[in-house]
Amino acid sequence: MESKLNLTLKVWRQSDRQSQGRLVTYPAEGIPTSASFLEMLDIVNEGLISNGEEPIAFDHDCREGICGSCSLVINGVPHGPEKATTSCQLHMRSFRNGDTIYIEPFRARAFPVVKDLVVDRSAFDRIQQSGGFISVRTGSAVEANSILVAKDDADHAFRAATCIGCGACVAACKNASAMLFVAAKVSHLNILPQGQPEKDERTIRMVQQMDAEGFGGCTNQYECEAVCPKEISVDFIGRLNRDYAAAAAAETVTA
Amino acid sequence: MKSLAQVVFSSFGSSVGKKLLVALTGLALLLFLAGHLAGNLLIYRGPEELNSYAHELHTALHGSLVWIARLGLLAAFVVHVALTISLARDNRAARPHAYAKPATVQASIASRTMILSGLVILSFVVYHILHFTVHVADPSYDALVFDLHGHKVPDVYSKVVKGFSSVPISAFYILSMALLCTHLSHGFASVFQTLGLRSARTSGLLKLLGGLYALVIFVGNVSIPLSVLGGFIKPIAH
Amino acid sequence: MSSFPDSKVPSGPLQDKWTQHKFKSALINPKNKRRYTVLVVGSGLAGSSAAATLSELGYKVKCFCYQDSPRRAHSIAAQGGINAAKNYQNDGDSVYRLFYDTIKGGDYRSREANVYRLAEVSVNIIDQCVAQGVPFAREYGGLLDNRSFGGAQVSRTFYAAGQTGQQLLLGAYSALNKQIAAGAVKMYPRTEMLDLVLVDGHAKGIITRNLSTGKIERHAGDAVLLCTGGYGNVFFLSTNAMGCNVTATWRAHKRGAWFANPCYTQIHPTCIPRSGDYQSKLTLMSESLRNDGRVWVPKNAADCDKDPDSIPEEARDYFLERKYPSFGNLAPRDISSRAAKEACDDGRGVGPVVGSHREGVYLDFAESIRDFGEDTIRARYGNLFDMYSRITGENPYRTPMRIYPAVHYTMGGLWVDYNLMSSIPGLHVLGEANFSDHGANRLGASALMQGLADGYFVIPSTLPNYLAPQPPGQVKENHEAFAAAENDVRERINRFLKVNGKRSVDSFHRELGLLIWNKCGMARDREGLQEALKRLPEIRAEFWSNVRIPGGADQVNPELEKAGRVADFIEFGETMCLDALSREESCGGHFRTEYQTPDGEALRNDEQFAYVAAWEHTGENVAPKLHQEPLNFENVKLSVRSYK
Repeated sequence: MESKLNLTLKVWRQSDRQSQGRLVTYPAEGIPTSASFLEMLDIVNEGLISNGEEPIAFDHDCREGICGSCSLVINGVPHGPEKATTSCQLHMRSFRNGDTIYIEPFRARAFPVVKDLVVDRSAFDRIQQSGGFISVRTGSAVEANSILVAKDDADHAFRAATCIGCGACVAACKNASAMLFVAAKVSHLNILPQGQPEKDERTIRMVQQMDAEGFGGCTNQYECEAVCPKEISVDFIGRLNRDYAAAAAAETVTA
Repeated sequence: MKSLAQVVFSSFGSSVGKKLLVALTGLALLLFLAGHLAGNLLIYRGPEELNSYAHELHTALHGSLVWIARLGLLAAFVVHVALTISLARDNRAARPHAYAKPATVQASIASRTMILSGLVILSFVVYHILHFTVHVADPSYDALVFDLHGHKVPDVYSKVVKGFSSVPISAFYILSMALLCTHLSHGFASVFQTLGLRSARTSGLLKLLGGLYALVIFVGNVSIPLSVLGGFIKPIAH
Repeated sequence: MSSFPDSKVPSGPLQDKWTQHKFKSALINPKNKRRYTVLVVGSGLAGSSAAATLSELGYKVKCFCYQDSPRRAHSIAAQGGINAAKNYQNDGDSVYRLFYDTIKGGDYRSREANVYRLAEVSVNIIDQCVAQGVPFAREYGGLLDNRSFGGAQVSRTFYAAGQTGQQLLLGAYSALNKQIAAGAVKMYPRTEMLDLVLVDGHAKGIITRNLSTGKIERHAGDAVLLCTGGYGNVFFLSTNAMGCNVTATWRAHKRGAWFANPCYTQIHPTCIPRSGDYQSKLTLMSESLRNDGRVWVPKNAADCDKDPDSIPEEARDYFLERKYPSFGNLAPRDISSRAAKEACDDGRGVGPVVGSHREGVYLDFAESIRDFGEDTIRARYGNLFDMYSRITGENPYRTPMRIYPAVHYTMGGLWVDYNLMSSIPGLHVLGEANFSDHGANRLGASALMQGLADGYFVIPSTLPNYLAPQPPGQVKENHEAFAAAENDVRERINRFLKVNGKRSVDSFHRELGLLIWNKCGMARDREGLQEALKRLPEIRAEFWSNVRIPGGADQVNPELEKAGRVADFIEFGETMCLDALSREESCGGHFRTEYQTPDGEALRNDEQFAYVAAWEHTGENVAPKLHQEPLNFENVKLSVRSYK
């Protein structure tokens, strides 16, 4: 009833952080078009295991496009050819019988390969730790409706906050820049009234941590926005730049 | 407490801080280009108009205005070039391992070749100054003078005509202008994004304006060597 | 019946219990707090909120998660919202009403005092989250918006579009980050707890495996908090994340913690059906779809493979509308789910044949599109329709959606007292991992509420009741109990690697899941459960003699990780089926076909089964021992749910 695909995979295999990796070719045969991309890898792995080989390691967890674990570069594009879709929600009907598919890990100095297609994205956590929070102790919060938030601001902050921290923006950027991620995280809190007291410090610290992690800078090519599974707008990068300029100016002229 | 120098260095030494400076200096250079073009176009009004404009420029504020402008421009240029090179090096280092199968989803060629177009423009600017300002390329330009109401002033008009009568020189200028304008077409909108003045609402307009601006600079400047070669701008009849 | 550990439910009027309990709870001097180390396993809503809050109070905290970042814990996937008794809508809500709805929704199988406390602190949760910057939906005036959810008659659900879980988890994660940055919490991502360490009967540490390097590590603490979520993946196919597992709670169970009500599992009616045997997980779509969609299957099994548009109105069976005329397509989760299963078991399912029959029913929007226009439907459900078409390749604006129920939450979990402490002193259990608040069935938008209630507001007050009498830091990693536990963990890993059989871990997991789904899923009966109990030891035996795990122990090895989890699921499955067998009644998510009314509704037996079934591990290959904690209802009157 449904069609099956025979494909050739070129998959990055690397046994650990220190090793040299290489692309290895695998046939993927009889793949149902209704399978997801990760299920296609499951099928290939099942074959590898039955041959006594080590399966291809890749990060994945929720498989419903929200946890941000999956991190494949498919034919040069993070999360593959479909717009606003994570690797786990990409389905094989997006491919044709006989296709050759390159599968590589997210490439960035700040995302070292751990194994095969698994990379270490802890740099994102450290950026968040440098200022991605509002300092409010549990129990010290005021009544929720005592601070009004304009609907536009709440919606705007929400759109920034939809970032799932997958790192596709970094993988797509030719500079391996994390600006879209940082911009989304900074903007989410900087837009809300609750985020104002720590706004300048947050902005400067998170940018400095981003640099310290070894990400590149933004050259406004917007590949990040094009591959972002949550379609985070590069407007937030403009906003981050503006917030940064204001924070730097304020820091320069005030004591 | 951090000293002023420490604060400035840390704030403007980050990737975003450097980019802010690149955008600000880019903006200055954009404005300069418009002024430069306006002056250049006076050539169509004849040698007297062009040479008198050049003379006024060089004698204003007892000759100091041109030096203030030159030093300002030089500073903007140096900051713009030095920081972009520094950023480009960091950017390259951020991706030590390239993709086996690279792909681009939507980024324009202009945006992906900024550093290349920029470096060609740098070499062009050096040549341009040596050519028309310092006359290293052709010392005979020193001898070209124009009689402006009895004053002997440098004959800019003849320099241009003489310079662009050479096909290789004109070709180099035209090529350089083409690269300058791809640089501008991305740079214009980019300035606004980096200064945080772009949004989804204005992005289309800024892209259009950037394209138009680049086109005006290109057409205006390229028209001059073409006019000289085509005989529309003629040498001064003596 | 043996003596049951004290549930520590305070005496006095329901409304005062928590206040009085907090007042009577022990306090620890701020200077002493930092001498206590608390180990928090799991970084979802319960784990992150507990780790952040306890460290704010001054305790030293270590937090562990198997994901590469605490932000990826599966709380992130919750869509709908979070309940709170704020009564912002002035529609008659109150703490008491939320309490009452939760008790009733749980089919009277939870503790009154726990549920009341949950409703009471729900209002603080919203305050806390808003202060952290959680971008809840707002009204134009800038106030928080609410919606009615899961059939509730008041609008008490706070939400952030369709990703409330992510926004709440990001809030808790940000609080955690603040404490990590301050050096007050040490975070261990990509680290899985493989055993609990007991010293003199108290939980004093854990053994973990670093999933990046394979290193086995010992962590000593003064108390251990398990915040490791539910066991839905015992079914293999569920809406849980691939990594969700029962290992932490099961290992604790094998060290002495009682497992309560494992048979209570919740099925969500509106998931995307399976498309083939390779399927790895099920995707949930918001229940709100049922507001405008009509559920049907063909009346005639012969029509099942026809184009749905070609099936005339009179040949369609709108079975929910037929069976439940007043609630129709909005009948509660368990009831709608079971009705869909019955239709499919009857051979009238639609969609691809997977296994032996078609598992899917139509959710048809044609009438709503005709009445309100496609644009209105797009505005209401655009995101969900997009997700559906991304996964199925079908256009739900033109063809009816296909849906089928899937496992999505588990109400059972480790038994805890009012202080959230398990039957092992020092071992506390929070969130979905405990059994405490949802009885036999959970209301929509209450899972997020419970996770955050436990972490932000309950454990900070109750943990000192255990800690205060304990001298801090008395056990170190060099204690012999750690050596023994570490040795057990290493031996087990070696056993996995040595089998070197023929079948992959996943193949066992699929086999287990299918068995549990068929015998202990939406409907159970004695015969089926007995069959499962006979089959499970066979699967276990085959697993240990025929599993194949390539690669070694000292490396990233996903097959090894899965092996540990699946081995535990197989063992856990037996206790789950045993619990389902012993509960000879139907209630909430537990439907025993022998116990139903003549018209097919769940038949509860309050006389005999108004108790918490807590299972004690008594040894390998020995049936666990059942303990019963009677449930006393002093405030609500037990009644029969009716949705006719």
